[in-house]
Amino acid sequence: MIDPLAWLILLPLAWATLAFLLGPGRGAWLGIGGLAGQLWLAVGLAQKVGAGGRAIGHSVGGWGAPLGIDLAADGLSTAMLLLTQIVALPLAIYARAYFKADDPAGLYFWPLTGFLLAGLNALFLSADLFNLYVTLELVGLAAVGLVSAGGGAQQIAAALRYLFATLIGSGAYLLGVALIYGAYGTVSIGTLLPLITAEAPRLVWIAGGLMVLGLMLKTALFPFHFWLPPAHGGAPAPVSALLSALVVKASFYLILRLWLGPFAALADTAASLTALLGAAAILWGSYRAIRVQRLKMLIAYSTVAQLGYLFLIFPLLSGAGALQAGVMQAFAHGLAKAAMFAAAGVLIKATGQDRVDGLAGAAERLPLTLFAFGLAGVTLMGLPPSAGFLAKWQLIEAALAQGQWLIVAVVLAGGLLAAVYVFRVLRQAFLLAPASRDIWPVPRTLEWTAFALAAMSVLLGLRGLELMQLLRAGGAA
Amino acid sequence: MTSGLIFAGAGAALFAMGVAGVLLIEHLLRRILAFNLMGSGAFLVLVGLAQHHDAPDPVPQAMVLTGIVVAVAATALALALVRRLHGLTGSLELPEAEDD
Repeated sequence: MIDPLAWLILLPLAWATLAFLLGPGRGAWLGIGGLAGQLWLAVGLAQKVGAGGRAIGHSVGGWGAPLGIDLAADGLSTAMLLLTQIVALPLAIYARAYFKADDPAGLYFWPLTGFLLAGLNALFLSADLFNLYVTLELVGLAAVGLVSAGGGAQQIAAALRYLFATLIGSGAYLLGVALIYGAYGTVSIGTLLPLITAEAPRLVWIAGGLMVLGLMLKTALFPFHFWLPPAHGGAPAPVSALLSALVVKASFYLILRLWLGPFAALADTAASLTALLGAAAILWGSYRAIRVQRLKMLIAYSTVAQLGYLFLIFPLLSGAGALQAGVMQAFAHGLAKAAMFAAAGVLIKATGQDRVDGLAGAAERLPLTLFAFGLAGVTLMGLPPSAGFLAKWQLIEAALAQGQWLIVAVVLAGGLLAAVYVFRVLRQAFLLAPASRDIWPVPRTLEWTAFALAAMSVLLGLRGLELMQLLRAGGAA
Repeated sequence: MTSGLIFAGAGAALFAMGVAGVLLIEHLLRRILAFNLMGSGAFLVLVGLAQHHDAPDPVPQAMVLTGIVVAVAATALALALVRRLHGLTGSLELPEAEDD
């Protein structure tokens, strides 16, 4: 019997190492095959957790806590695992077609992606605070490597800014872990759960504050978003897609995990402030997305805005539906943003430039890509029947039930602003091209994978119920 | 005040200095050193605070060893990137960000 918990971490580690040994630029098929296996494992795990209705654990090497490392999968972590593999598999197929054999940006794409996915999967499965720190760093370092690959000075500078931001974030988290260990002598989330109460010593409050603040920096919550647009906007398209869709969600998941788990007794004090930052992120990110000139920067600022929605749920978590809304938004944005960056990669390859103004004529020559971009835009705006609609609808419902009118207003305004920047791109693309204009052919695989991701982001809205049921497993909600 | 608390206090001070360095120093090599100072501060807190019982506690020591490995890897990555940036621009400071 294959234990999905261990293999979800081992499999990407294995194919990443093999891809590295095969040499630069090789290992695409290994990655795609490995990811197909991971998706199969994640789906199997989701069925098992959903059917059993409770968390599944695994002690690495037969050594349990406190000496060994415990892995655990409840509804929330299984959902995030599922999202990771669902987004990564089409992106791997996309990346194989995207990077030409001698493209310097693609030389180490496969090993780094494998390590990134191993880190992400391990993060979603970890059950103790220190192991979570190690996985956070694994994810951060692999992501910085991916951003910097093959780039010029601006891209290396973006990677360095990202590296320093992520290191400060995980440093603050580590200091928090140190304080928690000093206070309670354990880092196991399960053991800490009953120990931390509202009467906890001040040291524990400081620790909680440091950890959440560090993670907010890593999630690029406004005003800590400064590192995200250059890093996500400057990287090659498959990398931008992986980072925007998955990596920022990892630290969000961790905030949510701490907030619902050990810090539940402390968290209420910060809930309104967190939501306020989320609202500011939606407005500022959307405003910048409407103003910027380059297509990928527009999409990156849209990520800043869409991440804001995730933080609106925190004042509502005591009521029903808020957690579901947050995870649905993570899914909707993950799939839609991966599709959007994938489509942007096609447009940039075809037009040979990345300014929004230069897209004229693209709709005529690349209708499938534009359709994918539009569908992803439907999800970001939150139109029915997309997953984005479901997420925003649940968020508004939860906010109305608790009389949080400001949140309702921000969600509605954010949808309108998203429409402005999505239509800004579509309008340019539907203009007729100047006669002198060259549009280079692109591999069909690129267009179809972008379309598949966008279609999933819309169709997931019809399968939302299964996801909601999965979340109930293991007592997270 | 026990020796453990003194270690922890010193660790917190080092951490704060390290963070200030990473945020404020322009020169990239010094910034990487500041990051290492920050990490050492956190490790000192981890080992120091856990020492309030008489016997030394092996768990935080194992954690600090793991943390040191992570910090070395991060430093190596940062140095490689700085070297590349230096090769491309001839400068050891970050260029102005293009924000549109």
